Amino acid sequence: MIRFDEVTKVYRGTAKPALNSVSLEVLSGEFVFMVGASGSGKSSMLRLVLKEDRPSSGAIHVLGQDLNRISSRKIPYFRRNLGVVFQDFRLLPNKTVFANVAFTLQVIGKSKGFIHEAVPDVLAMVGLEGKAERFPHELSGGEQQRVAIARAVVNKPSILLADEPTGNLDPTTSMGIMTLLERINANGTTVIMATHDAGIVDRLQRRVVELVGGRVVRDERGGGYVTQAIPHVQPDIVIPAAGPREGLR
Amino acid sequence: MRLALVLGEVGQGLRRNLSMVVSVVLVTFISLTFVGTAILLQAQINQMKSYWYDRAQVAVYFCTDFSSVGTCNQTAATPEQVAAVEAQLDSATLAPFIDAYYFEDRDQAFENFQTQFEGNAIASLVTPELMTEAYWVNLVDPTQSQILADALSGLAGVESVVDQRSYLDQIFDILNASSFTAIGIAALMLVAAALLIATTIRLSAFSRRRELGIMRLVGASNRFIQTPFVIEGVVAALIGSILAAGAVVAIVEFFVQGYLSQTLPQTSFVGLDDALLVVPVLLGVGALLAALSANVAISRYLRV
Ligand SMILES: Nc1ncnc2c1ncn2[C@@H]1O[C@H](COP(=O)(O)OP(=O)(O)OP(=O)(O)O)[C@@H](O)[C@H]1O
Ligand SMILES: [Mg+2]
Repeated sequence: MIRFDEVTKVYRGTAKPALNSVSLEVLSGEFVFMVGASGSGKSSMLRLVLKEDRPSSGAIHVLGQDLNRISSRKIPYFRRNLGVVFQDFRLLPNKTVFANVAFTLQVIGKSKGFIHEAVPDVLAMVGLEGKAERFPHELSGGEQQRVAIARAVVNKPSILLADEPTGNLDPTTSMGIMTLLERINANGTTVIMATHDAGIVDRLQRRVVELVGGRVVRDERGGGYVTQAIPHVQPDIVIPAAGPREGLR
Repeated sequence: MRLALVLGEVGQGLRRNLSMVVSVVLVTFISLTFVGTAILLQAQINQMKSYWYDRAQVAVYFCTDFSSVGTCNQTAATPEQVAAVEAQLDSATLAPFIDAYYFEDRDQAFENFQTQFEGNAIASLVTPELMTEAYWVNLVDPTQSQILADALSGLAGVESVVDQRSYLDQIFDILNASSFTAIGIAALMLVAAALLIATTIRLSAFSRRRELGIMRLVGASNRFIQTPFVIEGVVAALIGSILAAGAVVAIVEFFVQGYLSQTLPQTSFVGLDDALLVVPVLLGVGALLAALSANVAISRYLRV
């Protein structure tokens, strides 16, 4: 479903690679947590899967496509198979909940009839029935994230990428969002989620991929946020100082 | 569905950047008015050229008692010398090139001079004796005056052989220079218009960058993302083009036909039919310019 082969990503103007020879395979229907300190390369990996960026070296295959070879004209059609959710929701503030979700379908050319069937369905699925005509600023953070998730899955993508979807939410609301993501995963969608939330990772006991300084240091099925199996710190790797950083995209 | 969505985006973009849109309209209006005027000026010059070149004659001037130019020696050409020139004009070598010719003697030249300079003080100073006798020759091909010059300028009693086109050429050189200046200004203004359209579209894209980001994320095709911006630029430029077309038609209708051709009735001027030929050119240039610069401006937002 997703395969990274020796993928290295060095951003222009930086010396240290954001991803350093990462190899990883994610199978269909899996639920994968990406964990690691700030700047360890989680968002960079998700962006590469989305083909928002190209690797400096190495090959990436997503849904059977070699992303190094896909023509730029085909990228929009490739992206229709992926759903994305972000920490900051990224809703359109001047559109209602319904219109935000419908927008996704409109821009990929779905018919009016399809939209009027699919949008209420997906809003009910994320637990937002009755709030279709609200604007984003009339919703709580958790509800806004549900709208974002509804938008990401309304087109029934095979893969859902979530970059710290609970980063702005309190623990209870976060658990609600996780329940939703688990349900989406149970329906067959592969879910990859980058997170700093130890509680969630420990609770769900799913596959955990840990990055340190752009390298995969752990890939554990049914793991927690911090492993018990192997020493966490490897001596040859410098762990970047954790702390608030700017410039995350 | 999609069409309504695209048109909705276009309307939003136009309203959001109203002042920029107005400046695009004005700049395309003025630059295309220049383009249209330059085209019509060129048409006018060509029209006058063919009109006057067809009427341009070659003059074979004869010596007078006061002339020492050419073969003249301050003695007027004798009737025999005039006859010799006429014989040359009728000869087998020159006749095929000549359409018609006539002789103008001193009295006729004097009369022409008097009508031409009627009311001017110089008219009362000249006498028929001061005038020059001449053959006026219409050539079959007006560009071949050199043949006459070669054959006749050496003959006794001939002062000079003059192609009137050499006077016209100077006038047309000046007119052409002014027309090229207008075209140059028009080109510069078109560049300004293109840059302004690009800037407007970039601004419009910037104010909609959230939507653009989401569109790209959910897999909207490049064409779908581009189209509203291109239409936005084209609509603004087309409004300017239509105004420019109206201005050009109005100039021809009211200034050229209404004023110039009334004041100078013997000259033929460009008419409404020429102006109407220019209109589609202006609309086409405006639309194409806008589409291209909008396309270039927006492509930055589409890069992966
Ligand atoms: N566009 C960019 N240009 C240059 N460097 C970048 C860019 N994006 C990320 N980086 C760098 O790449 C490294 C990895 O960043 P990335 O955003 O992938 O980390 P992350 O694991 O998602 O961090 P966080 O948990 O804080 O979101 C960082 O050192 C970051 O500074
Ligand atoms: Mg990140």
